[in-house]
Amino acid sequence: MDLYAFFFYFFAVLTVGSAFVVVFSRNIIYSAFALMFTFFGVAALYVLLYADFVAVTQLLVYVGGILVLIIFGVMLTTKVFSVEMKTGTLNLLPATLFTAIIAGMLIFVFSATDWNVVPDQEWDTTVYGIGALLVNEFILPMQVAGVLLLVAMIGAVMMAARDWTKLKSK
Amino acid sequence: MTYCIAQIPQWLAEPGLTHFLVISAILFSLGLLAVLTRRNVIMVLMGIELLLNSANINFIAFARYTTLALDAHLIALFVIILAAAEAAIALAIVLNIYQQFSTVNVDEVSTLRE
Repeated sequence: MDLYAFFFYFFAVLTVGSAFVVVFSRNIIYSAFALMFTFFGVAALYVLLYADFVAVTQLLVYVGGILVLIIFGVMLTTKVFSVEMKTGTLNLLPATLFTAIIAGMLIFVFSATDWNVVPDQEWDTTVYGIGALLVNEFILPMQVAGVLLLVAMIGAVMMAARDWTKLKSK
Repeated sequence: MTYCIAQIPQWLAEPGLTHFLVISAILFSLGLLAVLTRRNVIMVLMGIELLLNSANINFIAFARYTTLALDAHLIALFVIILAAAEAAIALAIVLNIYQQFSTVNVDEVSTLRE
């Protein structure tokens, strides 16, 4: 077993194990912190797949941005010093059955299909190629994504502001 | 004469496309389970993040092992952008729900029913 396989299995176990903690932990703070390890593991898997830029973006956006947002949400909406941190579950049995069926089907299809794999591709760093694509073929999606981020930012600020009417009247 | 005590099977020793796809399938099911079963809205959001991550792993794995190449990387980047926007908006909505109902449990916020 070479080094690549070792690192792959290490990060695979890290990702899947912490995802299990995310879903099955009773305490929502534990879930949030386990989610951080899941994101780290996924970023490491991206590195193993030669996707350096996406891996760094994953770290910046998910661990640096979304996770902090989620922890802020937890802190602002739960009474941290009470027992209320524990979160309940709904219709556990049918959902578990459904999910198990979905998981079995997905894994069966993924492993049974004869994927058209191109062997031994040479990969350079992807940053140059991504930048070139962003200003050529993908220029319209990039602009739309920029507008979307602006709209989302304004919308989030407007929705989260406490007394918007009071603020406006000043 | 050498012989291995624990012979590692070929499919286990060389991680390929299928290994990454199986990891993404497991992440997808766990995220789906979180979305379907947890009562707390923020746990549902975490489940959605797991779903998006599993989709991204698929894109990147296919980029590595098939001819999809850099296009898949860009799609994964746009998925990350959408996830960031979605998380910001969703948490703003969650804060509003908490102000209105002083709870974030999805089964208790049911004013629109009836």
